Amino acid sequence: MHKLLRTMLRVGRIAEPAGTAPAPSEAALAPTGSVQVRHVDAGSCNGCEIEIGAAFGPVYDAERYGARIVASPRHADALLVTGPVTRNLAEPLQNTYEAMPAPRRVVAIGDCARGCGAFAGAYGVVGAVGDVVPVDLEVPGCPPRPEDVVAALRELTGR
Amino acid sequence: MSAGEVVGAVVASLVQVVVVVVGAPYLTGLMRQVRARMEGRAGAGVGQPARDLRKLMAKEATSPEGASWVFRAAPLVLMSTVVVLAAAVPFVTTVTPVSGASDLFAVVAVLMLGTVALTLAGLDTGTAFGGMGASREVTVLALAEPTILLAIFALSVRVGSSDLGDIVEGALATPSQLFWPASLLAAVAFAVVIVAETGRLPVDNPSTHLELTMMHEAMVLEYSGRDLGMVELASWSRLAILLGLGVNLFVPWGVATSLAPAALALGVLALVVKVCVLGAALAAFEVFMAKLRLFRVPELLAGSLLFALLAVTASFFLA
Repeated sequence: MHKLLRTMLRVGRIAEPAGTAPAPSEAALAPTGSVQVRHVDAGSCNGCEIEIGAAFGPVYDAERYGARIVASPRHADALLVTGPVTRNLAEPLQNTYEAMPAPRRVVAIGDCARGCGAFAGAYGVVGAVGDVVPVDLEVPGCPPRPEDVVAALRELTGR
Repeated sequence: MSAGEVVGAVVASLVQVVVVVVGAPYLTGLMRQVRARMEGRAGAGVGQPARDLRKLMAKEATSPEGASWVFRAAPLVLMSTVVVLAAAVPFVTTVTPVSGASDLFAVVAVLMLGTVALTLAGLDTGTAFGGMGASREVTVLALAEPTILLAIFALSVRVGSSDLGDIVEGALATPSQLFWPASLLAAVAFAVVIVAETGRLPVDNPSTHLELTMMHEAMVLEYSGRDLGMVELASWSRLAILLGLGVNLFVPWGVATSLAPAALALGVLALVVKVCVLGAALAAFEVFMAKLRLFRVPELLAGSLLFALLAVTASFFLA
């Protein structure tokens, strides 16, 4: 405990400066400053997951803009989907989307989610996220940088 | 009690309800903020839970297929128990409009009613996690409730009354009682129970996303929108209520014993300061804690029950 306390005092605050709030967009859910996020891996290589993890880590700290990852689609306002949609995950993805209470948004994270990326035309792939559920916001990149993930989340929260 | 006093007492109870229910989201925000700062993060700000709540209240509430009225009624039952507790327990003033409402046994029973309503709702959803969360919650409940009863009972022995208002008044009249072995032992037992009952570390992790480690969260996985907002507000209020009860029993200074407006104002101020300090301390303590393995939780709670039992024994032999 003593060691942990010393580390805390030595390191201090490592979150990077916030920068200016995003311009209001039509993807934003009313200006509430709060978005609960459910993440679905529809067949990703886990590169995007690492970047999402980093976005919610201490350095990028997406939570300070009012975004929070939750454990249930019932609690969620936005769905983060990564990877091309595989045959096995197409139905669960659809079910997850339908379990969310309105108003709801879908964010496609990474090139695979936007257009199947390297997996386009593979036998196990149904299509991009947009072919299964309506997509409101896209984050390009393979994988996208945590800054870009945070920027998309800020667009949703409006903070 | 004259008619004027009854009106005054009702107003004082309303003040308590407003302070507890409005203040609870900000208390949770403060605790999250303390934790965020200690982890090196910037944090979402003290007002974030209130923002979450405002958004949830504007969303539709969904109901899982096959869920009965139990599922829909549970948030209302839970919220009403919170309002009753906020009105009856001596937070701001020891004067209550209905005599007997702040009785120790009544308060613990109402506290339990809220938990049971939520566990039944967890079972009613028919999902694996709902049932698992409910069974875990009842395991904790079965050990935590007797401890609350025993710990406060140890304090009531010296006053000769099980009314929480009388206990707080007795402690204010003779503060030296607070340093008796019985009080100190009861304080330790009560502290563990607060942690267990409100689902904080090391018993339960309020920010977990892993269904297998959940207790409280697992029961409310199926709630959404308005219903979820009500469940969240009620859980935050229960945290505020238990912290408020704890500080007023063991650090009673500032609680009004009359209905004078100045005394009530001081009571509100004292309550807010004491609960915020205790909440921040609890959040800071949690940063150094890992969640206990589920099978170790009963050991922790049995230990606190032992402390409560010793407190009762001490109050009998050493008083």
